[in-house]
Amino acid sequence: MNRDGMPAWLAKAIVNGLLVGLAALSLAPLLWMFAVSLMQPGEASAFPPPLWSSSPTLHNYHELFARMGMGRYLFNSFLISTLVTIIAVLLNTLAGYAFAKLDFGERERVFRVLLAALVIPAQVSMMPLFLMLKQMGLINSYAGAVVPGMAGIFGIFLVRQYARSIPDELLEAPRIDGAGELRIFFQIVLPALRPILVTLAIFSFLGAWNDFMWPLIVLSDENLQTLPVALASLSREHVQDNEMMMAGSVVTVVPVLLLFLVLQRHYLQGLLVGSVKG
Amino acid sequence: MKPSTAGWVFAAPALTVIGLFFGLPVLAALALSLTDFDIYALAHIDNLRFVAFDNYINLLNNPLFWRALGNTMYFVVVGVPLSIGVSLGAALLLHSKLGYFKPFFRTAFFAPVVTTVVAVAVIWRYLFHTRYGLVNWALSWAGIDPIDWLGDPHWAMPSIILFAVWKNFGYNMIIFLAGLQAIPEDLYEAARIDGASHGKQFRYITLPILGPVLLMVSILTLAGYFQLFAEPYVITQGGPLQSTVSVLYLMYEEGFKWWNLGNASAVAFLLFVLMTVATSGLMWIARRKGVE
Repeated sequence: MNRDGMPAWLAKAIVNGLLVGLAALSLAPLLWMFAVSLMQPGEASAFPPPLWSSSPTLHNYHELFARMGMGRYLFNSFLISTLVTIIAVLLNTLAGYAFAKLDFGERERVFRVLLAALVIPAQVSMMPLFLMLKQMGLINSYAGAVVPGMAGIFGIFLVRQYARSIPDELLEAPRIDGAGELRIFFQIVLPALRPILVTLAIFSFLGAWNDFMWPLIVLSDENLQTLPVALASLSREHVQDNEMMMAGSVVTVVPVLLLFLVLQRHYLQGLLVGSVKG
Repeated sequence: MKPSTAGWVFAAPALTVIGLFFGLPVLAALALSLTDFDIYALAHIDNLRFVAFDNYINLLNNPLFWRALGNTMYFVVVGVPLSIGVSLGAALLLHSKLGYFKPFFRTAFFAPVVTTVVAVAVIWRYLFHTRYGLVNWALSWAGIDPIDWLGDPHWAMPSIILFAVWKNFGYNMIIFLAGLQAIPEDLYEAARIDGASHGKQFRYITLPILGPVLLMVSILTLAGYFQLFAEPYVITQGGPLQSTVSVLYLMYEEGFKWWNLGNASAVAFLLFVLMTVATSGLMWIARRKGVE
């Protein structure tokens, strides 16, 4: 017995029981999504709902890709997310490094303005941005979906925090030897920043993949829609077909879950660089 | 190239993108919110008129705006504390020395965070289904009659809050966990020697040290929860009886369904003001309590 009057085995049982319960609540909807996505059409519309199909089938996935153009949406999501990731990683890294290590005039003031702008929700900019891109002929184009994500204050901040730990001597030595700044960036800075680049890449990719409101606004052409937008419109039109909807959710969710599972160490570290240590 | 020149050159591309596609539109939104930009102006810019604060005045006289504001506040006031409470609870469980398989549990709790909100909203809409949903099935075990979660105006918002807490608690949990791990163990050791119970240790050691983390998490969560949109868009379409129309949902419909872009900009700005007031208020309270 400890001071709280509870035997150790009971405390242990309670903690682990709560952990198991909470994990079940976290995972159940996702497991359920998989189970239903493999059911025969109409099979899930029963009470009590079956937990597993009597004869599992890939029919729903086949329908999604053959008839609903899911391959197209998958391609769009991958293309847009990849473009955003490549460009954002490059631009944010250049800027983050500059804010950390290259003392240009007004650097601190510019950075303070950026930080202040972090509190402005993205939605405030959406109406004029839409009009701007319309003028530029970028509505209903991949470019229109990519453009606002090409650089971000949070990404710059993340890189800056990390880049400050690069020792100045590492940059001074090649400078004395006459190396150009661009060469120093690619040969010394980029390798030194590798861990945070992975983090930034995951953040950018997940952010672009999971984004909903902006693609919904900018991509009304069905051939250009991303998975979340297509799934939302699918769910508005075919509310009854639960099995198919769950298959669509699986296709949308599994790529990001896999990405997270493989790279979770980097992802979780990045979360903390951006918050606790900030 | 001198390092200072290189600094400008390196920062310029990102700053240009942010300035052009975020800064400029934010400023333009302020101007836009003072005009009657609508579908006619979209067709021909000559139809645009300056209306000063008419959009704001009309909004404040629009019952649907107040409804949306009320729904959003409901979501924030109930959802934020609930979300933070569950996050902190989960972090304490994961931090406890008594638990097993912690990396597995941490990953399990975090999984919903990385999922696409639309996809999991589709799942939850199904879970909440009156007849076929697992939620009602589970409740039937406890002898509770089926509840029309998404069709009853009283239950629609709580359903969305449950969904949001499920989706988001893992994010704050990770931040709390890092905060907990940073607390020196000797403090608890000393408290135990003095005979402090677990509850007292939590109140007098854990909570005060966690204060700044708690404040930051609260601000982030508050800001995030004010931006409720995808959930009502996918799960309830703002219904039933407009019980889940949020401020951003209203903005979207005004702007991109009815093409009242001036009006929608005013909605966005009011939301921004509201968020600023709320977060400043939170920081003011925290400062008075000596956090930071």
